[in-house]
Amino acid sequence: MADQSHSHAPSQGVQTTGHVWDGDLQEYNNPLPLWWTWAFYGTIVFALVYWVFYPSWPVGQGFFSGISKVTFINAQGEEESWHWNTRAKLLSEMQAAADLQKPFYDRIAATPYEAIIHDPELTSFVVSAGKVLFADNCAACHQAGGQGKIGFYPNLTDDDWLYGGTFAAINETLTKGRRGYMPPFGEALPAADIDALAHYVLSLSGHAVDADKAARGNRLFHSHQAACYYCHGDDAKGRQDMGAPNLTDQVWLWADVPGARDDAARINAVRQVIIRGLDRGVMPAWEGRLSPEQIKLLTVYVHQLGGGQ
Amino acid sequence: MFKNFKHEKIETNAGLLLVLTMMAISVAGLVEIAPLFFLKNTVEQVDGVRPYTPLEQRGRDIYIREGCYTCHSQMIRPFRDEQLRYGHYSLAAESKYDHPFQWGSKRTGPDLARVGGKYSNEWHVQHMIDPKSVVPESVMPRYPWLLETRLDVSDLTQRLRALRRVGVPYSDNEEEYRRNVEQFGEDVARTLHIPDALKNLLAQAQEHNYDGDRSSVSEMDALIAYLQVLGTMVDFSKINPEDLVKYR
Repeated sequence: MADQSHSHAPSQGVQTTGHVWDGDLQEYNNPLPLWWTWAFYGTIVFALVYWVFYPSWPVGQGFFSGISKVTFINAQGEEESWHWNTRAKLLSEMQAAADLQKPFYDRIAATPYEAIIHDPELTSFVVSAGKVLFADNCAACHQAGGQGKIGFYPNLTDDDWLYGGTFAAINETLTKGRRGYMPPFGEALPAADIDALAHYVLSLSGHAVDADKAARGNRLFHSHQAACYYCHGDDAKGRQDMGAPNLTDQVWLWADVPGARDDAARINAVRQVIIRGLDRGVMPAWEGRLSPEQIKLLTVYVHQLGGGQ
Repeated sequence: MFKNFKHEKIETNAGLLLVLTMMAISVAGLVEIAPLFFLKNTVEQVDGVRPYTPLEQRGRDIYIREGCYTCHSQMIRPFRDEQLRYGHYSLAAESKYDHPFQWGSKRTGPDLARVGGKYSNEWHVQHMIDPKSVVPESVMPRYPWLLETRLDVSDLTQRLRALRRVGVPYSDNEEEYRRNVEQFGEDVARTLHIPDALKNLLAQAQEHNYDGDRSSVSEMDALIAYLQVLGTMVDFSKINPEDLVKYR
């Protein structure tokens, strides 16, 4: 039919394909634009070139791997070449980026903590690299600025430390993780004793409380019956080797004392912690997920947030 | 044969058009799919991957029920930015016991392929109840009912048997159990034994106390058990990165 003379649509003068359906239904014959046709041929040529350079056709149990190569350093420290693929490309990109940071990380690893914080160049590297690592890994709990969250996660910007604020202690916390524990006293002690203890604990940080109850709480605190002193210390200033907090300062983590409306609410907040105890406060171990150099860098970062000792 | 062939013949003959279209699609499909069944040198062997314990598996069901996959992927691609943020790129072997796999494609939230161990159980509970309370910029909805809802374990064994039927090596008899002991070691094999599934589920929830409440097993327990195992099975410190390069 193609060789028959095509009829023309009277209104626009466009050629039709010559098909006629239902007696009067015709189809325009508009050829594809030339640029489109050539672009189509172009994609075919592109594919042919691509096949040669990159992994493409399956052959038996393997595939033709293409002539493009990616170079990386293997475990023996030798340069090794492999056909182009995303994993090799990633390895080589990671190595190139690590090479850029290597001089800094090598210096971080070799420099004692005290010297790092007195070296302006290293400090600025710690702050910029540490900020990224902190945001990716730590901020979900300790919040973006390290301010923590009362009732859940300790503030890292103050000078109050559960497990110690020295470089070595922070590094150990990061590497091995921590787990908070305080036994529940709700069943071990009568309600009046717990009330007295709550009064005493609040009196330690200068809150106005019933003096008689506080005195009774003082005796209980240092008795063998409640044995609070065993973890929190005779002076109630805490024991960092046990993760027991200092009760004499104004910093609170588990009992929301600062957020309480009045004296009764403050006493209740402390009482609830004594009744229930704690089996929480888990800090994950970052060993394995982060490298020792990254952990050392984060140690300095956390230390310089404000409260390092 | 083709001398008098006119395109119009196909266009005006629906039956012929259908047959030829199907032939064209079949060829394309064969070329793309068939080689995958014969490719041997792109499948890496890694140690440590095991099927989920009953509790983790139920958590996975909840993950699917709540549609977590619509915003979270579980597929770390081999890109530098993803490796730095999420950890080692995902391996095919790591989702070999997933039916269906949860690779996902929409990345509204972060990738979860290696979220296991990154946060504490307590953080997960708080984050599920109210995500904004720990991540102020989060757009994740709240899932408070997970903590209040007891985990339905009435069809636990049926669920595991269904997975066994599609090839997950949960054991239903002594012989299969012994095979699992050989493959995974005794500790893991015991958790994969279907007749003991409920006992194992309760024991795991009791031991780890994921939701902070030992008095009952909630859906939160199961979901967190699942999240805490994601991406933790393979020990990448024992794998040379360039060995994995050679499987591509």
